[in-house]
Amino acid sequence: MKGMTLIVKKTTQLIAGMIFMYGIYVIVHGHLTPGGGFAGGVIIAGSLILVTLAYGGEFLKLVKEEAGTTIIESMATIMIIMIATAGFLFGTKIFFNNFLPKGVVGQLVSAGVLPLYNIFVGTEVAASIFIIFLSLIIFKEESPQ
Amino acid sequence: MNPLIPLFVVIPLAGAFLIMIIGRFVKEFNKYFASLILFSLALISFYFLFITRENLFVYKVGGWEPINNIPIGIYMVMDGFTAIVVCIINLIGFLSAFYSISYIKRYTSENYFYALFCLMIAGMNGVVISGDIFNIFVFLEISVISSYALVAFGVEKNELEASFKYQVLGGLASFLILFGIGFLYWKTKTLNIADIKGAFSNGYDKTYYLFVQILLLSGFGLKAAIIPFHAWLPDAHSSAPSPISAMLSGVLIKAVGIYVIIRLFFNMFFISEGMSVLITTLGTLSMVIGVFLAIGQWDIKRLLAYHSISQMGYVVMSVGIGMMLISKGVRNEVAALAIAGGIFHLINHAAFKGLLFLNAGAIEYSTGTRDLREMGGLAKAMPVTSATSFTASMSISGIPPFNGFFSKLIIIIAAVMAHFYLLAALAAIVSIITLASFLKFQRYAFYNEDPNKKKNSIKEVPFPMLFSMIILSIICLLLSMLAFPGIREAILMPAIDILMDPSKYSSQIIGM
Repeated sequence: MKGMTLIVKKTTQLIAGMIFMYGIYVIVHGHLTPGGGFAGGVIIAGSLILVTLAYGGEFLKLVKEEAGTTIIESMATIMIIMIATAGFLFGTKIFFNNFLPKGVVGQLVSAGVLPLYNIFVGTEVAASIFIIFLSLIIFKEESPQ
Repeated sequence: MNPLIPLFVVIPLAGAFLIMIIGRFVKEFNKYFASLILFSLALISFYFLFITRENLFVYKVGGWEPINNIPIGIYMVMDGFTAIVVCIINLIGFLSAFYSISYIKRYTSENYFYALFCLMIAGMNGVVISGDIFNIFVFLEISVISSYALVAFGVEKNELEASFKYQVLGGLASFLILFGIGFLYWKTKTLNIADIKGAFSNGYDKTYYLFVQILLLSGFGLKAAIIPFHAWLPDAHSSAPSPISAMLSGVLIKAVGIYVIIRLFFNMFFISEGMSVLITTLGTLSMVIGVFLAIGQWDIKRLLAYHSISQMGYVVMSVGIGMMLISKGVRNEVAALAIAGGIFHLINHAAFKGLLFLNAGAIEYSTGTRDLREMGGLAKAMPVTSATSFTASMSISGIPPFNGFFSKLIIIIAAVMAHFYLLAALAAIVSIITLASFLKFQRYAFYNEDPNKKKNSIKEVPFPMLFSMIILSIICLLLSMLAFPGIREAILMPAIDILMDPSKYSSQIIGM
């Protein structure tokens, strides 16, 4: 896939990082403010898609990237299941048990396991939306004009 | 709280994603791992089948205890009926996964196949053990979306078309179901099945109630392919890879369709005469029309798919008769018999229809065709396939030593005792037409002269496929034991008890 013009590339350089940071902000404040794993994950995927669209990429590189993203996505899901199972193993034999100390309401590090869930849900959502985008590009590159 | 209940969802879900990661680096990991986890799930489900009996286990996810007897967390419920259906799902799932070890070599990207297979199992287990109507919807989407992908697994023209049709109608069904759930939540302010029953017991708007019932019946009816909603089934079930057809036809339409209809209309809604007449009519229509659509088919898998509609008609009709008697409040022992017949036939159908689809897959594997007119004389070349498919054909047509006979007998006896003579006669006639159509299958596939004279090139299928087919045919014989007193009380009666007494389910769950 071909990239875009210099103006688009430069603008992307300026804003993609900020969008990425904003996504991380939404994810880690998921238990305090509106938003959370899903919303933040979509924002992160947005920044990744922006970079890919602006700079383009070799076909083989895109395929490789998709394979890597699939692994990240599966890892995130397995981490969610592992945290749920950890609740099962530490103590009360209950899945999704909130086994970490709850902390003070309103602080960034509080609410037990909820921020962890948010982080992995965010990773999962970002990876899966990016995979959908990459699959569409790869399909378009593969198919004859 | 029994901590083993959520394992039915957790194990296949984790397995699916582990296959996606480790299967990339380790060859042959996916097939053995999928079989292994499904085998372990089958063992757990048998454990539940034997300990459930009269008990009812509730698992509150996250440990959210009810406040003032109002449930606030997500509930998972394991009762007699659930235990039976979970058993069917995981046992047939294990045998199909084991069968796939050889069969799926014809396709590429095996990792995706096994990952989607495990996801489908996780979704179905979730639907069955969930005691919460919104979670039923969530898990239903997990299982049917994986099944859309699995139907299109061959990515040829026919498969994609069938999958598209399935997606459109499946999407419509999901819409209707979600709409119905929304209406329920609006009125009752709760999503727990037991709690919804309690919320409606203080009086309700009749029209509103009927509207919700019709929405949910048509939504889950689409998933179960009862006759006016059946258009997607023959295409989808015949285009999927054979182990998946066995899962879809043998298990999926029961777990996400029939099971949920029975659960909601017995344990959540109050049984009304109008709804029971409607359900019985739909069942009878499916039973009769399905078999007439089936008999003219020449494609093996299409023929089997139409028979699924017809056999599900038996289950729905029989359960409908039971509902009708309960709604009138008379002759509860006949109602219990009718429901027993329905559930028994549901179990039997999973065994023999799964086996028939595996046989069709074996024939396709060896001969490369699904058209009955192009095959013949396979009885000599493939003796095991021939013998097992004979078992399954006799079971589905209701010939005495096999399981199908006993369940159909119970259904017909129940219909006669309930004075529905026409339905009893129709059930018998449909059974005869089923026999005719399976004799056609047997004759053209196994005993005819081979029209192409390519006998020498056809070989029997490899061991994993043979193993699954032999085990399933043994199960077909053993299941007839369920009709005998002693075994029937142990396995079928708990399921019937929970359905017969409309308030038992909700009062037991709310009390916990």
